[in-house]
Amino acid sequence: MKYVVIIILVFLCLAGAIAAKEATPNEDPKIEQRMKALTEQLRCLVCQNETLADSRADLAEDLRRQIREQIRAGKSDREIIAFLTERYGDFVLYNPPVKRTTYLLWFGPFVLLIAGTGVLYRYLKQRRELISDQPLTADERKRAEAILRGEIG
Amino acid sequence: MNKFLLLPLVLFIGLVAFLLVGLRRDPHEVPSPLINKPAPDFKLSQLREPNKTFSPQEMRGKVWVLNFWGTWCVACREEHPLLLEYSKTGAVPIYGVDYKDDRAKAMQMLDEEGDPYVLSASDPDGRVSIDYGVYGAPESYLIDRDGVIRFKQIGPITPAVWQKEILPRAKQLSQ
Repeated sequence: MKYVVIIILVFLCLAGAIAAKEATPNEDPKIEQRMKALTEQLRCLVCQNETLADSRADLAEDLRRQIREQIRAGKSDREIIAFLTERYGDFVLYNPPVKRTTYLLWFGPFVLLIAGTGVLYRYLKQRRELISDQPLTADERKRAEAILRGEIG
Repeated sequence: MNKFLLLPLVLFIGLVAFLLVGLRRDPHEVPSPLINKPAPDFKLSQLREPNKTFSPQEMRGKVWVLNFWGTWCVACREEHPLLLEYSKTGAVPIYGVDYKDDRAKAMQMLDEEGDPYVLSASDPDGRVSIDYGVYGAPESYLIDRDGVIRFKQIGPITPAVWQKEILPRAKQLSQ
């Protein structure tokens, strides 16, 4: 039991240390806000399903530091994003640009939607033709009446 | 038979084909935008002689490999004996960037386990590594005579990669 308490205490201390490392009280809140808005659109390459804003990976921390520096140096968001894509490719963008290699990504769903609508339309039209009432010919009517009277089995 | 009944089967086969290709890929391998682009320039202090610097400019006219490593990086340690072997053959000179590391520890590791590098430069805050788009050490770049990156290996250079990717390219680029 004693050990469990010690282990929990150690973890609590570590958590404190990590939090202290992460907090940057002397940063300009305006810069932090812009940095956060920017990094929320960017992917961390180490843990790929996290944004650069949320990631605790060392690389993410370094990149945030560089982004802060660039904001301080008066770079625009566009320039900062270009800085990252020049190094890591469009993969870092959660909102990828429209270009030849991403046409399928951007327009594929609409192509599927249009194709699906076309298929659905054709199917419904065929189905309507199949179930539409076509008047019986005189011969058919006679036969049907005969069946109803029980003359033909 | 209605030919539309075959559609789900066709779609399923398509899906399987995509999965077959997609699932065999390593999602951690992100294609580098730096391939066929000039290697980013830098000037870093050398690991063993801190008052001397190293810059890729000095390598103009040579085909060489730039390897990002660190003592903290487990995969780099796995790669280390392989690099030693490759460097012994003298086929392509290997230069190192010791990435976000402690100088003393790095030198100690090279002294104890052997030094495959012609020289290593020290990148303590990882800035140069970011310029090269390094996100998972070890990463290695094959750079040609004009200072253009021709190939990038993410993760250890396995013997297969060395034999099939790096050596043939280096040979061709040296001609």
